[in-house]
Amino acid sequence: MSEPTTLHPEAVAETGGARPTQLLVYFVFGALFGIVLVKSEAVSWFRIQEMFRFQSFHMYGILGSGVVTASALVALFRRLGVRTADGHEVRIEARTWRPYANILGGLTFGLGWGLLGACPGPVYTLLGTGVTVMVVALATALAGAWSYGQLKSRLPHG
Amino acid sequence: MSTLFDTLSQPWPWYVAGPSLGILVGLLLLLTGKGFGVSSSFQHICAAVFPGRAEYFRYDWKRVGLWNLVFVFGMLAGGFVAGWLFANPEPVAISRASHEALAALGIRDFDGLVPDDLIGWGALASLPGFVAIVIGGFLVGFGARWAGGCTSGHAITGLAGLQKASLVAVIGFFAGGLIITHLVLPVLLG
Repeated sequence: MSEPTTLHPEAVAETGGARPTQLLVYFVFGALFGIVLVKSEAVSWFRIQEMFRFQSFHMYGILGSGVVTASALVALFRRLGVRTADGHEVRIEARTWRPYANILGGLTFGLGWGLLGACPGPVYTLLGTGVTVMVVALATALAGAWSYGQLKSRLPHG
Repeated sequence: MSTLFDTLSQPWPWYVAGPSLGILVGLLLLLTGKGFGVSSSFQHICAAVFPGRAEYFRYDWKRVGLWNLVFVFGMLAGGFVAGWLFANPEPVAISRASHEALAALGIRDFDGLVPDDLIGWGALASLPGFVAIVIGGFLVGFGARWAGGCTSGHAITGLAGLQKASLVAVIGFFAGGLIITHLVLPVLLG
């Protein structure tokens, strides 16, 4: 999303805020993701600690099987020639290769993930489960994102 | 009725949860053309509320990001359904070794999804709680935007798309988490 202006015009039209039914679809998808994140316990500080201590296969199993399933499903859609609702090929968008940003930003994120025990999805989802202190984490995460925006030109991206 | 509640409040094993996640990623792509990603919502909220002068926040957030904001609001609602209405009454079934290691660090509350004695309102005023919640949150937001994505965009969607950038970012995620878990937490909670 760092270069939003390069989005495909059709894709942009599709995201237009004036289409409530389309937005409802995104809401439902979000809710389903939230439910799976709770059911998997990936939102749990305890599971994240267990993962970083290599004391259970649980989180690795979720990430591994999730990645393989998503990858296989996209490959299947492509093989069958299925197209998205607006007629595009089903594909996972390329992520910009910026080695310094990917590794240093990744490391920074990991330090935060270890401390908070929650990544951005779980921050929202935990709020919904009643862990209301996550509103503080959300506020400081926004402060972090905002600070990154101010400092972006002075940080290495590669 | 209680048996139905018991069924719905059960956590799922990894081999149910992981593929469910993967199927949702695939269906989201198919039906909307959108990749599963959460941390860009931080950028959109900044762009909507306090863009300042940074070019990074000066774009039409409604056109580019409204879908993502509705999506993360949905994630919150999903948390309410699965983690509040149908909350699992049992503690998270972490391994015995993890339970012992965390108890040795001084964690006492093993109920719910997070330990209230570290991730809770009462802990905010203590140094460990402040660092975990306030500093942790800040680094999550800063790092995710610098890296170009978080666990959803890089570790799930990006890896599923065999993206080199995502692999490197995920290595960074784990390096950071391991440093905190094995070097920082023993000091912070000690």
